[in-house]
Amino acid sequence: MITWAAMAALLIFSACAYVIGRRRLVAAVAAGAQPHSRPGYHGAYLTLWAAVPALLLLLVHIGFSSRIEAALLQAEAPAVVRTMDAQQQRVFFDDAISLSQGQTRSETTYDAAVQAALDAKAAEARRLDQGVRLTVLVLAVVLAAGGFLIALRRLAPDFRARNRVEGWTAALFIACSVVAVLTTAGIVASLAFESWRFFQMVSPIDFLFGTDWDPQIAMRADQYASKGAFGAVPLFVGTFLVMLVAMVVAAPIGLFAAIYLAEYAGGWTRAVVKPLLEVLAGVPTVVYGFFAALTVGPLFRAGFNAIGAQLIGGPLNELGVYLGQVQNQMALVAGAVMGIMLIPFVCSLSDDILNAVPQSLRDGSLAMGATKSETVKKVVLPAALPGVMGALLLAVSRAVGETMIVTMAAGLQARMTLNPLDSVTTVTVQIVTLLTGDQEFDSAKTLSAFGLGLTLFAVTLALNIVALRIVQKYREQYD
Amino acid sequence: MTDAAIPPTAAGAKDLRSLVQSRLKARQAQEARFKFYGQLAIVLALSFLVVLLGRIIHQGASTFFDYRMSVAVYIDPAKVQRDDVASANFDLLVAEAVMVKLGEKDDEYGETSAKAMELLSNDLGFQLLSQVRDDPSLIGKTVTVTGPVRADAALYYKGQIKRSTPQGDRKLDDRQLAWLDRIKSMGMVSGGFNTQFLTRSDSTEPEQAGVLGAVVGSAMMLLVTAVLAVPIGMLAATYLEEFAPKNRWTDIIEVNINNLAAVPSIVYGLLGLAVFINWLHVPRSSPLLGGLVLALMALPTVIIATRAALKAVPPSIREAALGVGASKTQTVFHHVLPLAMPGVMTGAILSLAHALGETAPLLMIGMVSFVPGVPQAVTEAATVLPVQVFIWENASERAFHERTAGAIIVLLIFMIVMNLAAILLRRRFERRW
Repeated sequence: MITWAAMAALLIFSACAYVIGRRRLVAAVAAGAQPHSRPGYHGAYLTLWAAVPALLLLLVHIGFSSRIEAALLQAEAPAVVRTMDAQQQRVFFDDAISLSQGQTRSETTYDAAVQAALDAKAAEARRLDQGVRLTVLVLAVVLAAGGFLIALRRLAPDFRARNRVEGWTAALFIACSVVAVLTTAGIVASLAFESWRFFQMVSPIDFLFGTDWDPQIAMRADQYASKGAFGAVPLFVGTFLVMLVAMVVAAPIGLFAAIYLAEYAGGWTRAVVKPLLEVLAGVPTVVYGFFAALTVGPLFRAGFNAIGAQLIGGPLNELGVYLGQVQNQMALVAGAVMGIMLIPFVCSLSDDILNAVPQSLRDGSLAMGATKSETVKKVVLPAALPGVMGALLLAVSRAVGETMIVTMAAGLQARMTLNPLDSVTTVTVQIVTLLTGDQEFDSAKTLSAFGLGLTLFAVTLALNIVALRIVQKYREQYD
Repeated sequence: MTDAAIPPTAAGAKDLRSLVQSRLKARQAQEARFKFYGQLAIVLALSFLVVLLGRIIHQGASTFFDYRMSVAVYIDPAKVQRDDVASANFDLLVAEAVMVKLGEKDDEYGETSAKAMELLSNDLGFQLLSQVRDDPSLIGKTVTVTGPVRADAALYYKGQIKRSTPQGDRKLDDRQLAWLDRIKSMGMVSGGFNTQFLTRSDSTEPEQAGVLGAVVGSAMMLLVTAVLAVPIGMLAATYLEEFAPKNRWTDIIEVNINNLAAVPSIVYGLLGLAVFINWLHVPRSSPLLGGLVLALMALPTVIIATRAALKAVPPSIREAALGVGASKTQTVFHHVLPLAMPGVMTGAILSLAHALGETAPLLMIGMVSFVPGVPQAVTEAATVLPVQVFIWENASERAFHERTAGAIIVLLIFMIVMNLAAILLRRRFERRW
């Protein structure tokens, strides 16, 4: 609370600094000085020096002080506490901190000696907290006042305030660009770190080439089947199957739609169809998942069961029995709905690429007497082929990483099958199932999600890099 | 092409003509077929859209219509103790009031009243309890409470539970259905627009569940995302487009941003789990955490959109500003950015709309928990609209499926509003140079 008040005070102080800087220059100009920069820059220079260092300090305080205090508290545990196990110690220190902040502590019952130690620790935590806060506040005041004074001494009519302020802006610009790089670094580092912990428990060879996926973790050490199996090949097969079905739906429809839009459609058709396809692209994937699970799944199941009922007793009896047992959650349902989701994606990418083919190629072909379809098939498509392949690869990458549709419409059984009527599971489904609910971050079961995540990231990254390269190369070819 | 090789004799010319004619027919048929495939693809894609939206509206529309019941309950002093109001069974009290109206008597095992209670929302009991607790003088008087009927009863009124289904296969038996018919004919039940769906939060009882908590959670999360992603993305894009020297580092950043835009969203969830929860201890399942994760996800798209908008500003503007003595920074902030602003805002709104519908990364950071209230701060546990859809879709009760479609309609309305805003912005301020 005090920290927020300090921030507000800092804000007011730096606003004052701006006014002071501005006024000084205006007064100097009135006295006949020749300034280098406009008055606003003088004000801004003062503000920056007054506000930024103190603000950074306060932000660090908000973010990290409580953790530093906790670490200091735990540095020296009382003798009674040291005899407890790690779990109890953690509860003890959490309670001490809650008590020091005036909150209710956990309902653990402590005996008298521990209770005394707890009260002592709580008092210590309170002292520590007040000490840290006071130090930070004093430091912040010193930083703000010091920065203000230093900047004020530099200000003179011929001071290059504009260049200095632009220096600060440049730093801000670079910091913002670095966020994007840091995101990638964060993704790679977090995935790699947690996966490394996972691969210490399960060998990477078993993970990448094992054919048995059953991530069970024993509650007790002597429990039957306590090991769990982490062979991810069935998940890769399932992902591949769903992706294949999706591409079988999306590639022809998306491509033909793009060809029609690029080569045949008039301005009016394009003006109507393109926004509608954008609507289809903007529908959240959770909606597609709902549609797949409650509409398409039961529909397909009823259809296959009906066909199966017709076949039973005939020459295809076994097929009939099989079709009669088909469940809602088949790879075909998830794949088909995912394909619908990908249609606008494939269509708009291919449309752009077809439009980038120079008109002169078409004109040449048409002048030779070819029909439009012959022009498309023999001239435009071959010229656009690399770009179209790139677009399809990007769609494959989307299909592999898509989560909600498969979570809601595909199953949980890991199976090695390429039969689209079977229920399969995918990498993303397993990540979701492993990480929702209670998590213990030292079990192979939870960590295996990061192993899967790393694999997923690597595969989609490779696909994207290749696809973006191809598309880029292709665009440059006709620029 | 090979035709030209045929010698041009008189007989040959006649052959040639018939040959060309017959092939022409085939070629024209092929042309028509090809064009038809294209049209078919468009029609298919659009019909998928129609089926998808139509199906959801069909399933969800009935959510916005519900049946409410008014019951006058006599608060029997024998059953409600003045000094211990909370211990009384108000649900039973309401059920008995309804049974009196129906002319039914409870049997000794309380089966009849149990069956009656299956038709009444326990919201009625809660209302009664809170009224009596606030004002104990109501004991001994008759109080009228109004609330929704139980979800299964509403399904019957809406025609989704049918009498034609065998008794064993439906939730309500024939006797309960007869009661419902009589209650309705007595005018105790009235249908109307379901305001509660929009003014309440999640609940374990379908008839009391609403989307308000999720809408507020989504709004908070989107606010965090917008505050972080839009300025950072805009500044980063401006730097890369206007200031950065073209060297290996900026190339790496550029390739990096393009690839980040295509990283599966679930990977951002893993990042949030490992970095924001386990390392930085941001409160789990809070809008703050969700907003942080989605901001990182939206950042590349905001950057790409801003760069496209900046590229569209002609160089002559920059040259003119530099020519009259503006510095590079002044040129960008005073001239280029304001002119690119409509494009930037359009891109930002579109990527925020995309973030609004995102679910997968939020499942990773614990947003799937049951949150019955409206979140009061960005650090409190909350749920958001797409996750609410996911949670309800998983619920076993049939009445929740209707609510799921209803929540999807609310979500889609928000997305359509955002997309329309983007389109209008583009139309209104678009400038061709």
